[in-house]
Amino acid sequence: MIPSIIIYGLVNSVILALTAIGFSLTFGISGVANFAYGGFYIFSGFLVWMLINYLKFPFILAIIVTIGVVGLLGFVTYWVILLRVRGIPLSEVIATFALGVGILELFRWMGFVTYEFTLPYLKKGTIMIVGVPIDYQRLFIIGIGLGLVLFLYFFTHYTRIGLAFRGIAQNERTAISLGIKSDWTAALSLAFGSAMASVAAIVILPLGIISINTGYEVLLIAVAVGIVGGLESVPGILVASLILGYAQIITGTYFKPEWMMVVYLAAIVFILAIKPSGLFGKFKELEERV
Amino acid sequence: MKLRRERLDRGIKARCEDIFALSSYREILYLMFPRVLPVLVLLILPLLQGVIGLYWEKVLMNTCIMALLALSWDLMASVGLISLGQALFFGAGAYITGFLNYTFKLPPILTIPLGTLGGAFFSTLLLLPVLRLRGVYFAIVTLTFPLLLSRFIETTKILGGTEGMSALSPLPNIWVELYVPVFALLICLFGFRRLINEDYGLVLQGIRDNDRAVMSGAINIYWFKAQAIFIAGVAGAFTGAFMTHYNQSVGMAAFAMDYSILPLTAAVLGGVGTFAGPTIGAFILNPLSEYLRSVGPLRVVVYSAVLIICVVGLPEGIFHYLRRKYHQFERMVDIG
Amino acid sequence: MDKTILKVEGLTKNFGGVAAIVKVSFELQEGELLGIIGPNGSGKTTLVNLLTGFVRPDSGKVIYRGKDITGKMPYKIAELGIARTFQMVKPFYQLSAFKNLIIPLYSSRVKKLKGGKYGDRDDVAIDLLEDVGFERDSFVPYKIASSLPHGYLKRLELARCLALRPDLLILDELFSGMSMSEVASTLPIIEKLNAEGLTIIMVEHRLKELFRIAHRVIALNFGAKIADGPSRTMMEDEAVKSAYLGSEEEE
Repeated sequence: MIPSIIIYGLVNSVILALTAIGFSLTFGISGVANFAYGGFYIFSGFLVWMLINYLKFPFILAIIVTIGVVGLLGFVTYWVILLRVRGIPLSEVIATFALGVGILELFRWMGFVTYEFTLPYLKKGTIMIVGVPIDYQRLFIIGIGLGLVLFLYFFTHYTRIGLAFRGIAQNERTAISLGIKSDWTAALSLAFGSAMASVAAIVILPLGIISINTGYEVLLIAVAVGIVGGLESVPGILVASLILGYAQIITGTYFKPEWMMVVYLAAIVFILAIKPSGLFGKFKELEERV
Repeated sequence: MKLRRERLDRGIKARCEDIFALSSYREILYLMFPRVLPVLVLLILPLLQGVIGLYWEKVLMNTCIMALLALSWDLMASVGLISLGQALFFGAGAYITGFLNYTFKLPPILTIPLGTLGGAFFSTLLLLPVLRLRGVYFAIVTLTFPLLLSRFIETTKILGGTEGMSALSPLPNIWVELYVPVFALLICLFGFRRLINEDYGLVLQGIRDNDRAVMSGAINIYWFKAQAIFIAGVAGAFTGAFMTHYNQSVGMAAFAMDYSILPLTAAVLGGVGTFAGPTIGAFILNPLSEYLRSVGPLRVVVYSAVLIICVVGLPEGIFHYLRRKYHQFERMVDIG
Repeated sequence: MDKTILKVEGLTKNFGGVAAIVKVSFELQEGELLGIIGPNGSGKTTLVNLLTGFVRPDSGKVIYRGKDITGKMPYKIAELGIARTFQMVKPFYQLSAFKNLIIPLYSSRVKKLKGGKYGDRDDVAIDLLEDVGFERDSFVPYKIASSLPHGYLKRLELARCLALRPDLLILDELFSGMSMSEVASTLPIIEKLNAEGLTIIMVEHRLKELFRIAHRVIALNFGAKIADGPSRTMMEDEAVKSAYLGSEEEE
């Protein structure tokens, strides 16, 4: 039992982290909360499906094209929609939220709601680790998740664009005065975050069917993980994912599976009461207002 | 020859300044018209059942409900709180009312007020911890609460679980069904407008525009935000409480996205912060949504499109446009 | 006779790795006009933020009239009677000048002191604006704040503080951005307020004017207090001079 919990808890945690990281990244870099995140996630899933089933693309090609398209979609979203309302939190929130809901409900209307909508596994089969059966897909998830985190770390610390991201995140004014273009960075942050959403969708969605409501759940997960861990902090996302991931698996195993969702609610309420800015949250109430 | 567009107040508006508004019937009519007409229309429409048909009377009632939710949203926006989850208030009011009626068999005349106040209290308490964070966080959290609460009910099976509670008491008669929302709407509309124009409303808007300055003026902004949420919550919870008895049942659908998205769209379309705007927005969108009922989810897609277009292209909303047209005229002037 | 109205003990604040304020201590007597000077980046505004609750110190204490107010919320501190201006003026741009004052007049502190009521507040607001130099019988007090020139906005800041009926007034570079004549007309207002018993702390860059009206001056450099004494002697103080001249040389 215990090894199973450890392994599946890890899988779950990585799933949560993968799901949340794109949203957090965009928000942490440019302060844009991309509420269309859930929409992009599901859109990625459906796009891969359509490329494979309608256009008969090979799987690998479909993946690459989708990640590119969704990244581009994020980029374009900034220039077309967000640019005009940048700096007005009300409008930013509403615009991206409307976009996400619009995408999701459009797919629902187009009828993408039956069981035939699944994505293929990257590799079929199961292996045993420490006596626990685990399929390759889930191992891939762990691998890709960790790989992504490492990649992000190196990217933001060692490349020019990555350093620009961090500069903007820390102090937008100074960064601008140093020649870093705020709009381009924000657009790129949106592109990046969206691309990450599609990566997450591609590896996670094969575990089940592509369901429209998952789009809303994805947003919920990204938000829950972000709030618990601190939206602007990568270590926060990791720690929060571990906590929530394991809490969910333990709840599912020892209590009832339906209670897994309640874990989010409990965690959010708990964190808001104790440390509203999140475990690793960088701003301490008033200080960041000054 | 270079032309420039010039906007001037209409003559009659200028004549309406101060006491001169009483000088003749025309000025009085000019001022009263935009205020009195909607009130008259709203009061008379329910009486026209025979002409319009019962179906559209129900639409009227539904629209008043949505308008109330939009007003509730607008009040929160006036203090700087953007809510993506107005359904929280609706659901809280709905469930408390349903619970009181189902378990204690209290009549609607008691359950509705209790549900309204209880729902407002509950929602405010839930939102208190988030008040100290930046604006976007508030939006994020309000988005999640209705989703999480409905899940919670689903898993714990309390309050009727997935099936909800049904066979609840109905409302006494059709006049109550129609006129109570109408009156509630009118009270909230004029009440909120009055509130925002008093000094209290000025403090609220100050908090929205520049909370640091308000804080250094020895005002506890969190307390005021909580008050605003509570007042908005009363309007919002009332809608849920009322609908519970209208539908004679309550279920997880009380936390549906519809109750969050439509008020938001109505407010953005009509003009955020004006109260009259969201009302107008609701009266445009709700009947429209009835027409679109046949196309299912496309309805929501239409709302989304409307939202995006309004937010990006017409941020002020319809109300400001209408008001400008009413008070001012335009002409092109030659500036050589 | 003289009571200590403010006592600051060992105030320290770091931002990231940067020491913004290092072990600053001083006392302030009631009725004093204290100046705080120092080159750019010496921590003057941070000190004001620490005193008024906008920033929490890492260590140290701020004691106001015997009460420990360290790290309290800004509105609580304001309610106790400490008002401050902001270096970057932040009025309510969409409102007219006198409506800007309605909000501080709404606070419970003013209600306790003067029974602010809807309607009365308008009159009080106009009076306050006149006190700081807005021409009463013109339409200037009724102009929307976003259309007012900078000097007026600065004076509006001052009026906003006075609306609170403070016992301690902290001015954070009030004169920055003001023209010579505006400074010349605002200076007597501050002197009068101090003469009437209002304790004032002035953070300033314009040393000539400051030294004229301040009783005592504190100098900061790199977050630490380097001098503290009556304004007459401070003008000649070596440490102060080198701090200013030194920072010029670095550039």
